[in-house]
Amino acid sequence: MLRIPCPFCGERDHAEFSYGGDARVQRPALDDRSEERWYRYVFLRDNPRGPHREFWQHVGGCRAWLVVERDTGNHEILDVRFAADAMKEAQCE
Amino acid sequence: MKRYSAWKLFTHALRGHKDWPEAWRAAEPKKHYDVVIVGGGGHGLATAYYLARNHGITNVAVLERGWIGGGNVGRNTTIVRSNYMIDGNTPFYEWSMKLWEGLSHDLNFNVMLSQRGHVMLAHSADQMQAHVRRANTMRAHGIDAEILSRDELRREVPDLDYSDEARFPIHGAIVQRRAGTARHDAVAWGYARAADRLGVDIIEHCEVTGFVEEGGRVTGVETTRGRIGAGAVGMAVAGHTSELARKAGLELPIESHVLQAFVTEGIKPLIDQVIVFGAGHFYISQSDKGGLVFGGDLDGYNSYAQRGNLPVVHNVAEIALAIAPHLSRLRLLRHWGGVMDMTMDGSPIIARTPLDRLYLNGGWCYGGFKATPASGWTFAHTIAHDAPHELNAPFTLDRFREGVQIDEGGSGPVPGHH
Ligand SMILES: Cc1cc2nc3c(=O)[nH]c(=O)nc-3n(C[C@H](O)[C@H](O)[C@H](O)COP(=O)(O)OP(=O)(O)OC[C@H]3O[C@@H](n4cnc5c(N)ncnc54)[C@H](O)[C@@H]3O)c2cc1C
Ligand SMILES: [Zn+2]
Repeated sequence: MLRIPCPFCGERDHAEFSYGGDARVQRPALDDRSEERWYRYVFLRDNPRGPHREFWQHVGGCRAWLVVERDTGNHEILDVRFAADAMKEAQCE
Repeated sequence: MKRYSAWKLFTHALRGHKDWPEAWRAAEPKKHYDVVIVGGGGHGLATAYYLARNHGITNVAVLERGWIGGGNVGRNTTIVRSNYMIDGNTPFYEWSMKLWEGLSHDLNFNVMLSQRGHVMLAHSADQMQAHVRRANTMRAHGIDAEILSRDELRREVPDLDYSDEARFPIHGAIVQRRAGTARHDAVAWGYARAADRLGVDIIEHCEVTGFVEEGGRVTGVETTRGRIGAGAVGMAVAGHTSELARKAGLELPIESHVLQAFVTEGIKPLIDQVIVFGAGHFYISQSDKGGLVFGGDLDGYNSYAQRGNLPVVHNVAEIALAIAPHLSRLRLLRHWGGVMDMTMDGSPIIARTPLDRLYLNGGWCYGGFKATPASGWTFAHTIAHDAPHELNAPFTLDRFREGVQIDEGGSGPVPGHH
């Protein structure tokens, strides 16, 4: 069973969480007119075998959005943090 | 390589079945092929077979990193049908169905096609109307479809919960009688043997690790058994499409997800058709050995692990009991997972790529087994002519950019929802 350690609630079954997909995809600014950037945002995914940064929402708990780093090859959870924090860090990177 | 026949079976039986010849040669890789197919699943093998049979291109290798039948071709729930409803899909899957109907003879290998009928339940009056619309579309394309009322259905499929207390009461069903199941391993072995007989080299335990390019054109592949030159390369690696295509610099509208399947202990005949639940995702049939074979939804997150988690097991068991409560007495014998190449619109890609002479076959989601013959047929055509067959012309890579997705489920660009 996949279990996700929520930073607020502690470790819970993944049935309490809802998957939100690849967290590295960046939505273009709403006034961005580049078709290419919107195309990439809507349709293209890295889809790696290995570490994958992805959104999960703890819908059956604190309802926070999280960014989980998980190995798609063996389901091992490598890192979990609140999405708000993760996004701020990503912007500083 | 000898033909299989009733007489051969008889004479080999007299000798205790001890001296059957191998079904295909364990070929050594040559320096160069006219066409290299990457991936020895159903689609790769069918492509190689039709390249030789339909186009006379026999200097072909199929490179498989594992063994023949180890991928999704040997992991699926074996349902074949052509009850699709939107442009692009409808004619393609019907052509596949027609090829299925002649496949055992064509391959000289019994793929055990069983046209037992595919019954999709309706659980509301509105869903019956949606089924009628689907049936009309199918019939307008010359595909068999029937609508059964609840009473008619009950006479044909007695062992479901028809009570009004059922959580999702059964109102009726849409039936495709020519649909059914086929033996998945036999499809892989049959295509492999038939391709081998026409001169195709089937090379197992040979992983493609990169592509050789010259001036915007692919000229070969790097493999764990050395470099192999190629006039053209076709990728048919299903769940691993993104990983392989990345090596050629392609970014794809695909996510890999895990889909699980289940088999119970064997019992006497109970379910004669393929039965599909209409108020959730669940499908069930009975194998020739007597086990009930069934499956449901994706687990719902990216995965290459070939194994799933308990919530889906739970959900599938709940649906099984909702439509047929007596199944609670059965024990599960086995369950497993496969890696699904889910596209952003739920439909496949069979197309040229930006790299000259490199072709892509993938994005089969969880419906690629039924597509195997037509996929091989049209992919072989695409490679032989460097241009698509009319049946796969809509399955381009550019359709996402151009806004002409083929979204049968109407789920939008969320791969896990198709
Ligand atoms: C549980 C489950 C149930 C399903 N049920 C149905 C069903 O009822 N009906 C239906 O129509 N479809 C069904 N499907 C879908 C269907 O099985 C697949 O869409 C289809 O088999 C994919 O095509 P394939 O047979 O060529 O794939 P595969 O058999 O997976 O072939 C791909 C091959 O490529 C090889 N490969 C990968 N990377 C490399 C590399 N770098 N070099 C060399 N080789 C490589 C792999 O080892 C593999 O053998 C189901 C799938 C699953 C998992
Ligand atoms: Zn929480």
